[in-house]
Amino acid sequence: MSGEGPPRAARPPEGGGARSALRGETVPPAIDVRDLHKRFGDHEVVKGVSLKVERGEIFGFLGPNGSGKTTSIRLMCGLLTPDAGSGTCLGYDILTEAESIKRHVGYMTQRFSYWEDLTIRENLDFIARVFEMRDRRAAVDKALAGLGLAARADQLTGQLSGGWKQRLALAACMLHEPELLLLDEPTAGVDPNARREFWEELHALAARGISVLVSTHYMDEAERCHKLAYILDGRLIVQGTAADIIAAQHLETFEVRGERQDRLAPEIEKLPGVEEVAAFGDALHVTGAAGHGLERTLTDAVAGRGARVARIDTSIEDVFIHMMRSARKAAQ
Amino acid sequence: MTAAVAGDGITRFSLGRWWGIVLKEFLQLRRDRITFAMIVGIPIVQLTLFGYAINTDPRDMPTALIVADASEWSRSLAAAMQTSRYFRVVEGIDDEDAARHALAQGKVQFVVTIPVDFARDIARGEHPSLLVEADATDPLASAMALAAAQGIVESVVAKDLRGPLAALKATPQPFAIDVHRLYNPESNTQYNIVPGLMGVILTMTMVMMTGLAITRERERGTMENLLATPARPLEVMSGKIVPYIAIGILQATIILLAAHWIFAVPLFGSMVALYVTSLLFVAANLTVGITLSSLAQNQLQAVQLTFFYFLPNILLSGFMFPFQGMPRWAQWLGSVLPLTHFNRLVRGILLKGNGLVDLWPDIWPLIVFTAALMTIALVFYRRTLD
Repeated sequence: MSGEGPPRAARPPEGGGARSALRGETVPPAIDVRDLHKRFGDHEVVKGVSLKVERGEIFGFLGPNGSGKTTSIRLMCGLLTPDAGSGTCLGYDILTEAESIKRHVGYMTQRFSYWEDLTIRENLDFIARVFEMRDRRAAVDKALAGLGLAARADQLTGQLSGGWKQRLALAACMLHEPELLLLDEPTAGVDPNARREFWEELHALAARGISVLVSTHYMDEAERCHKLAYILDGRLIVQGTAADIIAAQHLETFEVRGERQDRLAPEIEKLPGVEEVAAFGDALHVTGAAGHGLERTLTDAVAGRGARVARIDTSIEDVFIHMMRSARKAAQ
Repeated sequence: MTAAVAGDGITRFSLGRWWGIVLKEFLQLRRDRITFAMIVGIPIVQLTLFGYAINTDPRDMPTALIVADASEWSRSLAAAMQTSRYFRVVEGIDDEDAARHALAQGKVQFVVTIPVDFARDIARGEHPSLLVEADATDPLASAMALAAAQGIVESVVAKDLRGPLAALKATPQPFAIDVHRLYNPESNTQYNIVPGLMGVILTMTMVMMTGLAITRERERGTMENLLATPARPLEVMSGKIVPYIAIGILQATIILLAAHWIFAVPLFGSMVALYVTSLLFVAANLTVGITLSSLAQNQLQAVQLTFFYFLPNILLSGFMFPFQGMPRWAQWLGSVLPLTHFNRLVRGILLKGNGLVDLWPDIWPLIVFTAALMTIALVFYRRTLD
């Protein structure tokens, strides 16, 4: 491939990130979808999701089980056709250019979806073949070396542990050098150490200009994303940076630390202005809307019971739980 | 070659991707030892089992002989029945009650009663009746023996009507019927059953295996992965079919070898015709399997659908029961099934030595069937994308 510009504006140039960033305006966002709807039978799973993922960005996609995360991801990469809505993925129309999207997107399914009765090498080789890669053998060898699995290349994939399977899956969906990764709960059931390594790898990829959309349940992972979106019952409730999202909710959180906080919790829950109480060891985290004198209420309530009240930062978890509850309350 | 992971012209069928899928299927098949053993084992076991077991011309049927007229006649008759090999006289059943019980319990298939004074009544020219009672719950089992009974009695009677009694012999008919049993003069059941088994075995293994092929991907979650690759439905479908075509041909070969060496079934037609029709038939069954697996949600359903498809094939294709004997609507139904045509084709080639002209009426339905099913399978496959 020459270093010249792409034959069509919609296609991002080879080599990804650094150059893409320089050419900023000519490169379409990694994902730009508007008002996506998807219905299965009577059940509308996705109800008007719009989101935008920039190049080189790690975008966290959060929401409870069954909120429509997987369906949204499938809509964005052309695995499903939306009932309504439109958008582009890497500049390709999600409605009409699904085939092109598939070639430039790496999709890691929620459940391990490589062939367990094939060896590691055979799996990678198969993927390389269906993506019609030119230097198939070299690419597979490189991926194996990158995984540190070169010695075990001829082992059956089914014999790998969960963490290794997940690493293999990431390597396999990276094999054809996609510009965008769609990762559907990639770290579910993976031990903390493997999770940490996985995220380090994601950041390394992002640094190379690869865009990542990752869905997750883990709040610590949410905080590692450049941007976040929270989806609930098929609706995107909020998106932005973690700091923006936290700030926008106007919440304040206090830590109530003292003996027998388990007895205090039910009382505190009933106090005016308290939206949420969560236990963390021998402390309670109490969250409520800012500007309603929550600190005062708490201090009065625990006065004389040996507990101390201190202001702490509102975490993204507090915010999401707050949003989930208020959305559910509104729906009732 | 198209540019790798680049861009245009991606809607075309790609040999590279297709070959990738073929290779993957072969690898998976090779790892699946049990399936592989079944591929080779099923034809051999079924062929030897059914080839030897099924007999549409049953002999040695247990028979109770009640003799109320102990005479030379009765002894000759008993002897003649034994030597006909259709009847085997069961000793110790002497009266009507015992015979009826034996019939009810299935210990005997026939009860033959020689009435009192049978010999005397014949001599007097009184046309006495010989009673033959058959357990007709299974008409097929008794039909051939019953047909033989008339001849046996006539021959015995004719032999013993000598001298002055010769006048009582049945007058010969004014014409004769010459029956030529063409293609299978000895009415060897195996000549019919063994080629028929070829179609039955191929139907079962081909439909079931491909039926499982796509549902397995769906059940294991690998389908989503396959769909996320640029592989196109036609590439996936046909790529998955190819290894099974090879298996089908392997099975056909095993069966043909066994037919030749074990059962001495003749081959009058051309080997090429045999393999071409087998290939066509295998393809037809594979499209059925692929279609079923597109419809089924999981492997269990695929197996159930396979059996749903398999039963009419056994019963309406002319494999077990004469096709011409079925009512018109059933013949219509049977004509839709590839096995019906394949049975005629393979029996035609093996036993009759039929050429293309004679085979064509059963070849084109197979082609139409395959094309129609492949279309249906592709339509349904596309839908599963959503």
